[in-house]
Amino acid sequence: MLSLTFLNPENGKDALCLTIEMEIKKLPQGKISRLVNLSLTVILFLGLLWIGFSRVTDNSTNSGKIPAPQPGFLAPEFSLEDMNGETVSLTSLRGRPVLLNFWASWCPPCRSEMPAMQELFAEFENQGFIILAVNATNQDDLADMKRFVEGNQLQFPILLDQTGSAGNLYNIQSLPTSFFINQDGIVEDLVIGGMSEALLRIRVKALLDEPPARDGGQ
Amino acid sequence: MLPILQIGPVSLPLPGLIILAGIWIGLSLAEKYAPINHIKSTDITNLVFTCLISFLVGGRLGYVIRNWDAFSQDLAGIISRNLELFDLLTGILCALLAFIIVCQRKELPVWQTLDSLTPFFALISLSIAFSHLASGNAFGSPTTLPWAIDLWGMPRHPTQIYGILLSICILILIWPGKGFLWDPQPGVPFLRFLAITSVGVIIIEAFRGDSLLILLGLRRDQVIAWLILAASLAGLWTLSSKRENGT
Repeated sequence: MLSLTFLNPENGKDALCLTIEMEIKKLPQGKISRLVNLSLTVILFLGLLWIGFSRVTDNSTNSGKIPAPQPGFLAPEFSLEDMNGETVSLTSLRGRPVLLNFWASWCPPCRSEMPAMQELFAEFENQGFIILAVNATNQDDLADMKRFVEGNQLQFPILLDQTGSAGNLYNIQSLPTSFFINQDGIVEDLVIGGMSEALLRIRVKALLDEPPARDGGQ
Repeated sequence: MLPILQIGPVSLPLPGLIILAGIWIGLSLAEKYAPINHIKSTDITNLVFTCLISFLVGGRLGYVIRNWDAFSQDLAGIISRNLELFDLLTGILCALLAFIIVCQRKELPVWQTLDSLTPFFALISLSIAFSHLASGNAFGSPTTLPWAIDLWGMPRHPTQIYGILLSICILILIWPGKGFLWDPQPGVPFLRFLAITSVGVIIIEAFRGDSLLILLGLRRDQVIAWLILAASLAGLWTLSSKRENGT
């Protein structure tokens, strides 16, 4: 039952009282069922229109155009010095598949994946593949790091992130973190944590097998 | 966005933890409400664990078989902790196979079992939406709307939050015994859950900025969701006509 009372604003007394009585009956399950099914059937046909309407046009998925440390985006540009004091920039490696690995010598999973990385680097270097191992120098001991690199005979460039700027740019929250970047500079994959040799091999082969896009993006 | 939860020296992947929590809460809910569908709670527990193990083992083995060249040079990689070494489709097929085998061996009625598992599926769906929010995956397309969130360099549709809201609504609607879309007829709650989840995917996918595309720029997940919606509707109409005929 619903009761509505309208007051006269001048004397505050009742001006009109309206009472509506309704009996709400619960619909039987069969009727609800038919109603739900009919609604869903209408939605099924509207869904077709919606799918057509929301078809992807050129800019609705902007992957490959904006720099961000995320698969599908342009890898953010940085320049760092390597152990010989030479400056290496990511843009200078455009046209080559890159494994960008953030690491530190005190981090056990970083240490355990390095031999496999060296093996793959040696195997695929002649196909243009390169590894940039960015050492989190701001939170590492330089002498320990050098000892580790020499002990494992790592031949790929070891870049020194002295201020943590590259780590911040790539939003590194845990070591190791690896970005697989294709020949067009697009991040293809992101792996947080240590990688097995099999995973490395599969990802690197996928990068090498991918033909470069003509426009430099997706 | 918080993909890694740092507790002292330990780094925990938050999206994975959220999904684990979803499995646990979902299983508890399914166990609690299974008797409504005349299924024993212990049967649901055993079924879920068997399917989960089949999903994980099958998904890894499927991936290993597909990439045998790489694994033949690193056999230890077969049991590595890398979650990326997983083939989702094979995992799902193995879980389905395990579901069929357990149902046959334990003589569980399929529709009632699926209805009992519906809260479990709904919680998994909700936890996946939350895990997307934590990881920043499943992000939206650029927009100038006032509720846009700044992600990956520009304001975007908060598709992860749309997903969370949708999953909460679906959970309320299919709540066993009480939700508007719950129905005592075997099979109906599960099929309705499938149908409205598909509707949600069709709608939300349009605002995603990372959709996988197929022919003519169509979004793959929308097309799959539409097919699932059509199949579940066919099932719902069949069950509805059975009810009217009293069979």
